[in-house]
Amino acid sequence: MLRTISQRLSSRCMSLRQKHTLPDLPYDFNALEPVISAEIMQLHHQKHHQTYVNMLNQAEEKFMEAKEKNDLKTMIALGPVLRFNGGGHLNHSIFWQNLSPDGGEPEGELLAAINKDYGSLENMKNIFSAATVAIQGSGWGWLGYNKTTKTLAITTCANQDPLEPTTGLVPLLGIDVWEHAYYLQYKNVRADYVKNLFKIINWKDVSGRLVAAKQ
Amino acid sequence: MAFELPALPYAFNALEPHIDAKTMEIHHGKHHNAYVTNLNNADLMANISKYPAAIRNNGGGHWNHSLFWQIMGPNGGGEPKGELALAINGAFGSFDNFKKEFANAGATRFGSGWAWLSVDANKNLFKGTPILGMDVWEHAYYLHYQNRRPDYIAAFWSVVNWEEVNNRFKKAIGG
Repeated sequence: MLRTISQRLSSRCMSLRQKHTLPDLPYDFNALEPVISAEIMQLHHQKHHQTYVNMLNQAEEKFMEAKEKNDLKTMIALGPVLRFNGGGHLNHSIFWQNLSPDGGEPEGELLAAINKDYGSLENMKNIFSAATVAIQGSGWGWLGYNKTTKTLAITTCANQDPLEPTTGLVPLLGIDVWEHAYYLQYKNVRADYVKNLFKIINWKDVSGRLVAAKQ
Repeated sequence: MAFELPALPYAFNALEPHIDAKTMEIHHGKHHNAYVTNLNNADLMANISKYPAAIRNNGGGHWNHSLFWQIMGPNGGGEPKGELALAINGAFGSFDNFKKEFANAGATRFGSGWAWLSVDANKNLFKGTPILGMDVWEHAYYLHYQNRRPDYIAAFWSVVNWEEVNNRFKKAIGG
């Protein structure tokens, strides 16, 4: 009796599970030129991010199947692949929103927080850029919000490790420095890519995330 | 004594169509060169205990790429011979199976890294001195293959210089 109920619940779980989907870009592929080329935007969104979504869905299917069979070993073994692809999906979903062809400048609560924690916008950008450019291999630079200390924080994560599950910080602004994010255009000169990226930040989006994080 | 960027043993276009000339030019002249420059600037002898990250990252980059250029070549491909072939067949069952495992290691490496075949003094593969390496940092293939890392890996076999790998194998086992 108990086994049948558990099986029915599991299969309901399978059928109710919504697959993850690739979010649309809020602008055309060429909207961020000349900072990021249309070619990069198209590959980055349609190939790289799409692959994270596909692999995440696959991994979740396997996880559900393993759960149905009470196969704990497989569930645990799926941890890394869920983290890579789930993190990739989370990170890129934030990234597309963080960018805009006309994102303005930081103001209001966000600017006040930046000035309080870093002295000035310029200083924050310098620290953020240095940390991000220095990442060895693949990873992301992050401006995040620490809900405990109520301060901004700049940190980096390796590979696709998502900020909040990994550090507890709420992501406000991420900079992807996997080579696929800039290589076709900037080649090995990551510093130029990061410097130029500050021209296309959607500061309203970053502000919105800070306001939400404070609630 | 300063570290120097070793010259490629062949022209930039020698590995076409498997690895394009532009990638070779930038990969060697910019990426490897930057590792060498940064390694020299790290002033190892004076500051060795102060800068482990710079030494490890750039020293590693220099060492890895120096091996990489040598184990590739314009007349690459084919199969290993002699003792190396025996060792590979022993550990993997067949050369094809070795290629499959090595390719899979490279394809499933998440983010930046390398796939390695190593051998120790007792001819055990999997540990010891690296004799074959494949760079799967995106800069190694992105211009030509973009996100299609498996295509790059498939093409890699066509440029492996098995004679050089064999020389490293013999040296590693003390031959």
